Amino acid sequence: MKKNKDVIIETAIFMCGMLSIIFVISIFIFLFKEAISFFWDYNFIKFLIGKNWYPNSNKPLFGILPTIIGSFLVTFGACVVAVPIAVMSALYISEIAPKGVRNILKSLVELMAAIPSVVIGFIGIRTVVPFVKFFFNIPTGLTAFTGSIMLACMIMPTIITISEDAIHSVPWEYKEGAFALGATKWQTVRRIVLKEARPGIIAAVMLGIGRLVGETMAVMMITGNSANIPDSIFDPVRTMTATIASEMGEVVRDSAHYKALFAIGLVLFVITFIVNFIADLFLRKK
Amino acid sequence: MIKLSPKLSQKLSYLFLFLATILAIIPGVLIISIIIAKGWSVFFTLKFLTSMPTSGMLKGGILPAIIGTFLLVIISIFFVLPIGVGAAIYLNEYSKNNLFTKIIKLAIINLAGVPSIVYGLFGLGIFVIYLKLGVSIIAGALTLSMMELPVVITTAYGALNSVPLSFREASLSLGVSRWKTIVHIVLPNAIPGILTGAVLSTARIAGETAPLLFTAVAFYTPHLPHSIRDQVMILPYHLYITATQIPNMEENRIFATALALLIIVLSMNFIAIIARIYFRKNRKW
Repeated sequence: MKKNKDVIIETAIFMCGMLSIIFVISIFIFLFKEAISFFWDYNFIKFLIGKNWYPNSNKPLFGILPTIIGSFLVTFGACVVAVPIAVMSALYISEIAPKGVRNILKSLVELMAAIPSVVIGFIGIRTVVPFVKFFFNIPTGLTAFTGSIMLACMIMPTIITISEDAIHSVPWEYKEGAFALGATKWQTVRRIVLKEARPGIIAAVMLGIGRLVGETMAVMMITGNSANIPDSIFDPVRTMTATIASEMGEVVRDSAHYKALFAIGLVLFVITFIVNFIADLFLRKK
Repeated sequence: MIKLSPKLSQKLSYLFLFLATILAIIPGVLIISIIIAKGWSVFFTLKFLTSMPTSGMLKGGILPAIIGTFLLVIISIFFVLPIGVGAAIYLNEYSKNNLFTKIIKLAIINLAGVPSIVYGLFGLGIFVIYLKLGVSIIAGALTLSMMELPVVITTAYGALNSVPLSFREASLSLGVSRWKTIVHIVLPNAIPGILTGAVLSTARIAGETAPLLFTAVAFYTPHLPHSIRDQVMILPYHLYITATQIPNMEENRIFATALALLIIVLSMNFIAIIARIYFRKNRKW
């Protein structure tokens, strides 16, 4: 016979386990509820592919295409810069660095991952923004390009840590097999280890993308906050996150504008949900 | 194409990988060095840390922002730690390998991936408006604790999972109930790992701005908070507004604010890393 007290506690523990599910569902329902009441008055397609975001004009327009493009551009740019460097350093840290150096590098990378995004944004304003303006001779340094560079710095530690785990967990026997056939260490790393670790590395990149899409403070500070469709990556852009962050403070509660911002939140939620789901599939494949 | 000898190509590749590693680490080192170099002179006047801001932030210190950051972080960890550890205990000690458990794990992964600004929206809707807590310390702390939950669960789960099965079996075979085994055998051995995880997630949360924009922060408060229903100033937001919204702000003061934030976040991380190394060396199995 179980004691009553144990049963009560075990029920409480079960509830704690349930809570994560409840949270995810309630975030979704809550965003969905506000978004639906917005789409009641405003065409969903017009919202997604509308080119103009004029929330305060007489006949307000809520087209989020420029911000979707903005988010995509910054995320894509950051990935192009960060992924090759991060995967290469993960290989170095895991396979080549001597053991003592490995632990120091791992701790260092972990510390770097902790630098808050508002600090990254601030340093971006003071260093990379003026540099980009001067170097490319453009009217403002607050561009998608600048955002990509700073976000790449921010995301590299995360991608390194997760892919390093994946690379490190490739079984030793696989490498021994390659060595026994006369392969050099580099041939083994390139042809065997990298191949085996691929699902984990892809998962790391996906998780990185999820974080980039959701990143708010740094992009709001350094991408220029202009809700127009950019011609190139040297134009100012505005991301979905920055739109919410910069406008929610001034908006009238329960107005169409207010609900539109929640609808953007829902779009963000759905995107990150899918990206994380895919990352999880790859992690399981390991 | 010239075919390189395997040995030479190995040497070249190692060189490239090494350079990539340096390239990955340089930005972080640069950021930290710039902030220390430009911020320390104001930071170490110490009055900067212990006085209220005056003249529209242009003078005085950042005391309320430091206190606000600590208040939010401490209150949120107070909420999240019991729930997170409870969930981890459920997952590691009770759950069976079935669909329900898979759904819980999927939910945790997705909670970890929800953008911080979306947490901000949710906190605004639920805590600030629906529960009528207003823009306040308590609404912000609750929002943060939701955000921390997946991290706390994951690290606590790892800590519980690393306690060897034989420990539990020895206790259970003596007729001790499952819950008593968890309390007296499993938890004491997992506590170091759980606390390390808690410190790490606290450090992460201390630098967050986006979830607090509409739930807790104030541009400026003339006095320190009196109750958990007050709005607060926090360091990351203070850094944001002084860097972007206030003209004629003295450069070194902004860098000193960044330095204060960096010291809080990095020292907590550093403590967690050291603690983890220490506990790994000294554990009983």
